[in-house]
Amino acid sequence: MTTWTPTPYQVVTRTVETHDSVTLVLRPVAESLPAFSPGQFAMLYAHGIGEVPISISGIPGDGTLVHTIRAVGAVSRALHDAGPGTVIGVRGPFGTAWQLDGAEDLLVVAGGIGLAPLRPVLGHPAKRTVLVAGARTRQDLLYQDELAGLSDVDVVLTVDHGDHDWHGRVGFVTEPLASIPLDPDRTTALLCGPEPMMRFCARTLLGRGVRAERIQVSLERNMQCGIGLCGHCQLGPLLLCRDGPVTGYPTAEPLLLAKEL
Amino acid sequence: MQVVLDLDGLDALIGVLRQDGRVVVGPVLRDDAITLAELGSAADLPSGWGVGTGPGHYRVRRRQDTAVFGHSAGPQSWKRFLHPPRRALISSDPAGFHPVEDNAPDYAFLGVRPCDLAAITKLRQIVGGRAPFVVAAQCTEPGEVCFCASMGCGPAAGSGYDIALTERIDSTGHRFLATSGTGEGAEVLARVPARAASPDDVALAEQDVEAAANRMGRAMPELDLRDLLARNRDSAHWEAVAERCLTCGNCTMVCPTCFCVSVEDTTDLDGNAERSQRWASCFEIDFSYLHGGAVRTSGASRYRQWMTHKLGTWHDQFGTSGCVGCGRCIAWCPAGIDITEEAAALAGSEQP
Repeated sequence: MTTWTPTPYQVVTRTVETHDSVTLVLRPVAESLPAFSPGQFAMLYAHGIGEVPISISGIPGDGTLVHTIRAVGAVSRALHDAGPGTVIGVRGPFGTAWQLDGAEDLLVVAGGIGLAPLRPVLGHPAKRTVLVAGARTRQDLLYQDELAGLSDVDVVLTVDHGDHDWHGRVGFVTEPLASIPLDPDRTTALLCGPEPMMRFCARTLLGRGVRAERIQVSLERNMQCGIGLCGHCQLGPLLLCRDGPVTGYPTAEPLLLAKEL
Repeated sequence: MQVVLDLDGLDALIGVLRQDGRVVVGPVLRDDAITLAELGSAADLPSGWGVGTGPGHYRVRRRQDTAVFGHSAGPQSWKRFLHPPRRALISSDPAGFHPVEDNAPDYAFLGVRPCDLAAITKLRQIVGGRAPFVVAAQCTEPGEVCFCASMGCGPAAGSGYDIALTERIDSTGHRFLATSGTGEGAEVLARVPARAASPDDVALAEQDVEAAANRMGRAMPELDLRDLLARNRDSAHWEAVAERCLTCGNCTMVCPTCFCVSVEDTTDLDGNAERSQRWASCFEIDFSYLHGGAVRTSGASRYRQWMTHKLGTWHDQFGTSGCVGCGRCIAWCPAGIDITEEAAALAGSEQP
């Protein structure tokens, strides 16, 4: 079963992003996988421990893969700790990509590690790109230096809990969404973060006149195969490894409203 | 091609399939149940054994005759051969990742009931693998928990068989009308001693199978189940089922189409690892595990997931229902929960 066999990649660089997250750049050992699109994910295999789905968080275009990994369980901890030279198994690309065709103004809304799958979109040539990113604390905000250096993206950062060294906004990402200038007829909104966050953000945007079809969310469930065979990633009618993770809001909304679906 | 075999002819059929290098699997009596195992000859078939089934109930019983296919679905299904309970996927060592070859034998399944024939088609659509040679046994004696007629999966064998048998015992003897469904099936039949089928043989077989459709113990309500389940995600009825459901997962294990697997690693002391898949159940609490905890913690949500997937969202994912009406989930549920009753109750709970 070649679909189950990972392709070996080697860690080239490991950049510490936050107290629990790193970005790994992976280079193929020999053969390489087909190109990934923003929003898609790979199954990353830590030898002898297991495999987890991780979104692509950068597309350098030189055949390397970029993944930002937060250590939350045994496998992601092992990947998080993988230093340069470590061989990691990779399968992919899997799932749906952010739909950017015809997008005029891009509104990118991220919560926590949800910024990782949206990072490759920030370089997309839109007329206007606004990023609203939130995290629990200043220490949890990803890519802070990189975001500060973005000249063609309006960046709004907010944290749930402020401290003495934080001089920016305090509060949920829904708050700036309610007030930032946007043209609802031109806006394509891309949302990734905890489900309640995406639901409240979408509701705020719908209230401001953004059409539901122009709102995309990235959904997550337990993914073990990536190819629609294991059944774990079902969300109602969707097999999220195949029909997601990026899903249009008209499809996602009723599924997100059902409890324990 | 239609011919009539006697018991010796059936034995010859098994012999021909074995001669061709196939592993012939069929029903056998083992541990007070009709299970599936390799057949050496027709003598291994459960001659004269039938079964009595009901919600949470399954017992083998002696029949008045010597029928070999006179039993309804047992605790096992062909799933265990097409989609084994545990299968190695890859091995991982310092030299890299290596696929594990699928070394499943060339199977011939004999005595496949029409419900299970439909299940084999549905399962193979998802898990793939080499097509088995299928000798179906049309159903002339459905059980108490059977409802294949209402699922459109029986009692006549649908497509997908190489040979279909219809067993009959009467004053003229014990015989099997054999109909080929494929060229390969006809070639195999041509190598088996048989007599030509008369119009009477064919008419009697048709009549027996038709009569079976009216003797199903149960029926799935005639509703658009996909719509019913999609609009009842928040129904209070799920709680009512959860009060009885033990979330044991028996229904998913015995279901001939439930295909879900978990993937896990095992390592040895030399640092080599093997990844394998094993049958999983949507009733396991960890099935929906996501960082921080399971999505479906309540029994109600897990029963809803199983039934909604089986009867509803399977259509969205694979263009067909996941249920064939074999009734195994009813017989092997320790609480006797009946999927046909629950579908009817869910529909009933909608009435104003």
